[in-house]
Amino acid sequence: MNVLAAKVSRAVRSVPSRDAVLRAEGLGKAYGPITVLSDVSLDIRPGEVHAIIGENGAGKSTLMKLLSGHVRPTAGHISIEGQPVEYADAVEAEALGIVLVHQEILLAPHLTVAENLFLGKELGRGLLVDDRRMNQLTAEVLARVGSTARPRDEVGNLPLAQRQLVQIARALLEERKVVIFDEPTAVLANDEVSALLDIVRALRERGVGILYISHRLEEVQAVADRITVLRDGKMIGTWQADDLDQRQMAELMVGRELRMLYPAKRPATSAAPILEVVDLDVENGQQIASFQLRPGEVLGFGGMIGSGRTELFEGLLGLRSSTATTVVLSGRQLTNRSVGSLMEGGLVYLTEDRKGKGLLLDERLAPNLTLQALETSNPELTLDGRREIGLLKSAVEKYDIRVPSLLLDAGKLSGGNQQKLLLAKVMMTDPSVVIIDEPTRGIDIGNKGQIYEFIDTMVRSGKACIVISSELPELVGLSDRVLVMREGRVVAELGGEDITEQNVIYAATSASHGRQGRDEK
Amino acid sequence: MSSVTATNPFVDRVGQIRWADLAPFIALAVIIFIGTMINSNFMSSANLVNVITRSAFIAIIAVGATFVIVSGGLDLSVGSMMAFVTGIMIMAMNGLAPAYGNWAILMGAGVALVVGGLCGLFNGLIITVGRIEPFIVTLGTMGIFRAFITFMTDGGSLPIDRGLREAYRPVYFGNFLGIPYPVLITLVVVLVAAFLLYRTKYGRRLTAIGSNTDVARFSGVHVGKVRTMAYVIQGLCVAIAAICYVPRLGAATPTTGQLWELQVITAVVIGGTLLRGGKGRVWGTVAGALILEVIANVMVLSDMISEYLVAAVQGAIIIIAMLAHRFTRSR
Repeated sequence: MNVLAAKVSRAVRSVPSRDAVLRAEGLGKAYGPITVLSDVSLDIRPGEVHAIIGENGAGKSTLMKLLSGHVRPTAGHISIEGQPVEYADAVEAEALGIVLVHQEILLAPHLTVAENLFLGKELGRGLLVDDRRMNQLTAEVLARVGSTARPRDEVGNLPLAQRQLVQIARALLEERKVVIFDEPTAVLANDEVSALLDIVRALRERGVGILYISHRLEEVQAVADRITVLRDGKMIGTWQADDLDQRQMAELMVGRELRMLYPAKRPATSAAPILEVVDLDVENGQQIASFQLRPGEVLGFGGMIGSGRTELFEGLLGLRSSTATTVVLSGRQLTNRSVGSLMEGGLVYLTEDRKGKGLLLDERLAPNLTLQALETSNPELTLDGRREIGLLKSAVEKYDIRVPSLLLDAGKLSGGNQQKLLLAKVMMTDPSVVIIDEPTRGIDIGNKGQIYEFIDTMVRSGKACIVISSELPELVGLSDRVLVMREGRVVAELGGEDITEQNVIYAATSASHGRQGRDEK
Repeated sequence: MSSVTATNPFVDRVGQIRWADLAPFIALAVIIFIGTMINSNFMSSANLVNVITRSAFIAIIAVGATFVIVSGGLDLSVGSMMAFVTGIMIMAMNGLAPAYGNWAILMGAGVALVVGGLCGLFNGLIITVGRIEPFIVTLGTMGIFRAFITFMTDGGSLPIDRGLREAYRPVYFGNFLGIPYPVLITLVVVLVAAFLLYRTKYGRRLTAIGSNTDVARFSGVHVGKVRTMAYVIQGLCVAIAAICYVPRLGAATPTTGQLWELQVITAVVIGGTLLRGGKGRVWGTVAGALILEVIANVMVLSDMISEYLVAAVQGAIIIIAMLAHRFTRSR
């Protein structure tokens, strides 16, 4: 940590320069009592690329939205060329020359490229739209960003990379002072990335200030002049890009101690695998992976959001189209994979999307608890209400679900209690393999500790658990073995002492782009 | 849905009455009260029995529609399907009558149930296997069934064999202990439906699918199978309604059951079932069917509004019911 300390002190000395085009001072955002970003001060100079890096949830996207007017800050202020400004929405920010290129593609698929570019600001002659002029201007800006699309092409027919370029072209239709890129390369393949970096450099040469968000550290190193690191909603510092290498960036992004939140690791196991997956291919090669899981171990799946972990396991469960050479569960070869058949084999999957795919929010607790194991919880032909309430009572006790009444709707519970109810629901099937996707997303620290303890107890009793987590401390703290995914492939396996946040984030961000661009959210 | 509410669906925890679920019954009481004020003949037992008996067809079909709508689906084809089933049934009965005499009625009823179930299965499979919106699928089959009955009747009327009429008549006009058979049949259908929806695993799964299909899928529910079954139940209900309907008019025509789908959906929705699925009220549906028929009757008995405007009033009711629902929810 000495290196870190040196870095931090050095960062403090890099004073903001006078000729900033956009400057934020003490910027912060809170939603009610929850602060997602606090005290961020940075500036963007004309003709520089200023990169923002940080883990998932570090506050990058929030910062972008504050600077581009999509979200209003609750603290601090923004000034443009020395003039304090306060914009009500993104339209006002754009009028002042600040534009955000969104991470997701936000284009109307059935409209043409030109219609998309001029959407909401169509040029006209009287009541008629001036298509010729719009097409002409569109062709110009497309050429500038190096797109091969034509103004009259329908956007939905374009390949993903071209759509991304169209989106950038829309941002550049007018002269801009500051262009903010939010993970612009998330959907691009190698050569497309270098083309995009060329666009960024060309903008820099025209004197535009660029804010560049990415978790791909090699890109950041290739293009950035200065780098600001965010962590846990706070600003860690700003550095000259030349002063940091990729490993140091990763360290700064992580840079915290492990808390005593995690149970001790379990002894290494050499038991025969309970689950063996060979060449699982989800949605025609979007995700491909092979792995083994032994009883008595927690296997972690790390990687950035969008690296395909959830999709991989939804594929394993037959919830997405998939093929596999072999899937062996408890010694039995599975041919037909479905939630039901895997459940019978003793494998359950706990979704990351507890509100959308996990619980019936408008239903009572008992029907939620027993939905997955309806046959075993109601052995008779008819539903046994008394038995269900009994099951609910014991689940509430065992999983410490805090409820004022057993007759509540599931949607009325807090996130932590919902998560415990969901855990209780999948455990009703008495599984021997439990796959938990983001076990503690959006829940408080007390509930987190309980869930970790539960996972530990379960695994020590001879069951096996796969934990998918984007929270590095959690992944590192829980796992006996970690597989890191990137772009739908397993790129690293870490065990024992090698399971560190730095190693995970390095593997998740720094391996080279190996694949063609692909569709992802 | 849980055990406590299953025993008494109108009382929440700590004996709190859920007014929103009682609304259709209160509305029915209010309309009956108004009817009594307007015309003293309204409360006569002859009139009441008549009204309730006539509401039986819509009530039976609407009970089936409750299953479809609880699952998050919709079936627009019920009116046409009812005409089609009626036509097939009459043809079967007429064809079997010479050989089997009055047994032909029972056999024809069996044919109706099979055909109704198959029609529902057809809708359900196209929706679940073909993954097409229920609205579109049943809009299509609505046209298909309607064309079939027009074709079968040759644009005119398809009457039942004279020899069968006398024996079949009581199914609509007869009674048991003063209760007309269609009312008894409706009661049986409703009891079976309430049992199926509230007390069986099938009903639980169906409700879960309507509440959130993804949650059901992720919980290992066979979504396609369960949803298809709801359309089969709808088809069977249509067939039961057809069996009660034929003795009333003794014939099928191209206009049999026309626009019933509107009344059926209205009955379900004003009964308290959510149109987006996930919450079903079988008894509320029956109240909804009664409300529609009673309003029509009150309008006929009063001189204030022309009976030609009955459909307009019924249409207004569904809108008012939805608005009322919106406001009670946003408390």
